[in-house]
Amino acid sequence: MSAEALIQVIASGLLMGLVYALIAVGLSLIFGLMDVVNFAHGEFLMVAMYATFGLWLATAIDPILLAPLVTALMFVLGALAYMGVVRHAMRAKANIGMVQIFATFGLAILIQGVAQYLFTPDYRSITGSWLGGQTLQIGGIYLPWPQIYGGLISVAVFGGLYLLMSRTDFGRALEATREDQGAVALVGIDRNRVFALGWGLGAALVGLAGAVLAIFYYIHPQVGGTFALIAYVTVALGGFGSVFGALVAGVIVGLVEALTAVIAPPALKSVGVYALYLAVVFVRPSGLFGRL
Amino acid sequence: MTTDAVLPSSVLAGQSAFVWKRRSQLLIAAAVFLGVAVLPHVIKDVYLQNVMVLTLMFAAVSQSWNILGGYCGQISLGHALYFGVGAYTTSVLFVTYGINPWIGMVAGGVLSALLALGLGWPCFRLKGHYFSIATIVIAETGLLLAHNWDFVGGATGIQWPFNPDSWWTLQFARDKVPYIYFGLGLFIVTWLATYVIEESRWGYWWRAVKDNPEAAQSLGVTVFESKMAAAAISAFFTAIAGAFYAAFVSYIDPESVMAFRFSLLFALPAVLGGIGTLWGPAVGAAILIPVTEITRSYAGGSGSGLDLIIYGALIMLIALLKPEGILSLFRRSPKRESAE
Repeated sequence: MSAEALIQVIASGLLMGLVYALIAVGLSLIFGLMDVVNFAHGEFLMVAMYATFGLWLATAIDPILLAPLVTALMFVLGALAYMGVVRHAMRAKANIGMVQIFATFGLAILIQGVAQYLFTPDYRSITGSWLGGQTLQIGGIYLPWPQIYGGLISVAVFGGLYLLMSRTDFGRALEATREDQGAVALVGIDRNRVFALGWGLGAALVGLAGAVLAIFYYIHPQVGGTFALIAYVTVALGGFGSVFGALVAGVIVGLVEALTAVIAPPALKSVGVYALYLAVVFVRPSGLFGRL
Repeated sequence: MTTDAVLPSSVLAGQSAFVWKRRSQLLIAAAVFLGVAVLPHVIKDVYLQNVMVLTLMFAAVSQSWNILGGYCGQISLGHALYFGVGAYTTSVLFVTYGINPWIGMVAGGVLSALLALGLGWPCFRLKGHYFSIATIVIAETGLLLAHNWDFVGGATGIQWPFNPDSWWTLQFARDKVPYIYFGLGLFIVTWLATYVIEESRWGYWWRAVKDNPEAAQSLGVTVFESKMAAAAISAFFTAIAGAFYAAFVSYIDPESVMAFRFSLLFALPAVLGGIGTLWGPAVGAAILIPVTEITRSYAGGSGSGLDLIIYGALIMLIALLKPEGILSLFRRSPKRESAE
């Protein structure tokens, strides 16, 4: 394998890894905040992709310009999912972990059904967007613009998240709530409001990822499952609840996937990722940067 | 017991009430099993008989899942792997090598149990969500490998040859009734296994491990070995059901026996009925599977997604309204009991 081809593989893997990190970080954030694994995370991504597709179809505005609107809509959906479903699941007195898994899993199936009802099971794609099909050529290396755009958005988002968590009252309330839920109630922070905002933020982040992904990936009701598993692996690899861990793990996942596809049949590219993930958690049971 | 003499009579009365309650479970079970055995002679509709077979099979698998997930508290979301190993071992041995499916079934069960032990060794170090995610990932790896392994038919799968109806090859082309009896037999075996385990030393160990692993360990429970035993038993029966399913549908491919949704479908009846209870998986399966099948046939045929909407809403509602499982509707709460 030539050096050029290797750089090509690494660069593509890196960009996809940044997108994976963006998909996963919302899941990690919600988990860190309240110990809940959202099994509808992939479906949130799917909804955002359909929202981008639907708005593009209706207005012919380019998906890049639609991204803020989709992100905002997903924030509302996330907060509603918390208020309507998760808040009630958390009140369960018995086997709370299973209740959360199945309440969010039920929500996932329901969302899939609604998507299939509204859009049919057909594969959709956004055609003729500004970035669609464009590539950047540096020397002998070709990088698709949509992926570059996704990678840049991801880097910007992680930068923004860092500032949000460390510099704003909301970020501090988020951090305080995950440290000690009882204590924050004492100082007058409404736990439910923080959770609803946390879910909004988590969904908005995966929503932005969906708006990016919609430019270069097929959209169908089952598309969430493909990325959800990658997101779970990314979050568990980085350590549940760690924002920084999600970024590092996302990039690792992207790179390992790209490199596996070179040495094994492309259909097995995820096996490399799964093997690496298992190897890591067997040595470090709480992931690379997790607290347990 | 040498301590009987010093125990107050109220404890002894409590003990005999417990024993009586246990034995009465056997009577209830006998009545239920007899009732189910009579059903196919009353319900002759082939479609409904088909639903019965699936209900019994999912009840049996969920009962097996419950041993590890419910009693031992290790939430596996990868049991489709063991189901698939059972289905594939039986199918490959029968179709490629002409080995009788009954032998293949036991081989698949043993292979699955060994696999569970091999996987349990690293996995049981993981806790909570880390454990569950690892089980998903391992099952998904198995699915991908099956897809790309030509020896087991790859993505095309394995078709069982057509043979005359016979218990010898477990093949019945038109008659569903034998499958109902096989499904019932399998469920009875898993139910009895659970019944015996509940009262055995292992049963108490598992519940101790589930409630508080650190405390259990300090009291001398061999936590790790307990989990391994639960995993092996659970995987064994799940694989037997997988073998049965392969014979029943007579065609398998990776998606039809190892997809992630199967892992959830195995856990779901136990959760809906009452996790870690003797009858939970059966009650859950008896409600969930007919509803799933019937919504699929009446609302899903058009591909409109209505069946998914109903199904998803149902799962969500039950999880939210009855988090302790449907069985808890029929159980008096401890508070009220003590007030009486």
